[in-house]
Amino acid sequence: MSEIIFWLLAIVSVGAALAVVILRDVFRAALSLVLLFLTIAVLYITLYADFLAVVQILIYVGAISILIIVAVMLTRDVWRGSPSGKLRIPALVVSLLLLGTMVFTVVSTNWETNTEPPLQPTTAAIGTSLFSQNGYIVPVEISAVLLLAAILGAIVLMREKE
Amino acid sequence: MVVGLNHYLVLSAVLFCIGLYGVLAKRNVVVILMCIEIMLNAVNIALVAFSRFVVPLFLTGQIFAIFVIVVAAAEAAVGIAIIITIYRRRESVDVDKFDLMKW
Repeated sequence: MSEIIFWLLAIVSVGAALAVVILRDVFRAALSLVLLFLTIAVLYITLYADFLAVVQILIYVGAISILIIVAVMLTRDVWRGSPSGKLRIPALVVSLLLLGTMVFTVVSTNWETNTEPPLQPTTAAIGTSLFSQNGYIVPVEISAVLLLAAILGAIVLMREKE
Repeated sequence: MVVGLNHYLVLSAVLFCIGLYGVLAKRNVVVILMCIEIMLNAVNIALVAFSRFVVPLFLTGQIFAIFVIVVAAAEAAVGIAIIITIYRRRESVDVDKFDLMKW
């Protein structure tokens, strides 16, 4: 059963990613990006990462895709479609080479997998290790500063200059 | 055939390379931003898969994925602000025309 779900998700996600790259219409590319985000959320559920699946839906499907669709709509009147540049063939060669290298490395490495059953409700454990004293409290504070800087930077950039 | 770590890692590599191709080949800057999001999501899949299959009782990979999501959100906000500012000045979203910093 889980194999069928994984292969279905893999096919849908690779197809959606290819659609983002191939489709001429930018708006349709943005919609297939939303489909890709949703399938990745379901992939997190198959990996027993329930909290991360909800975070994926809230942030990517809810916020980032809306930002991208707004950007598409604000810049749509100049351009219909997303043509490829002059570097299409070299880009294809580079990404296929990287893909070959990564797949070869993944398949030929003997990963030390652990067969213990995973931690089932992950939310409490993630909260404890994010906010505990010998956990990740310093990166959490730094990411708060980063988000504040990003908000201020976006506001300053978008301000109309008189 | 049981789905294991290798399957998730190969899927993540395929998605990452599709995103890389889009970043290198596309000319519309909004599509390039979408492809960067695809690459970040591919990395997240690899992190969560390692967390599930290598250290199932520690959530290190999932916490790293959360930080990647935070940075991706900040990047999307600032990136779209930059895109719309350049679009206002130049009336274009073509990266071939963004040559202000070329020497």
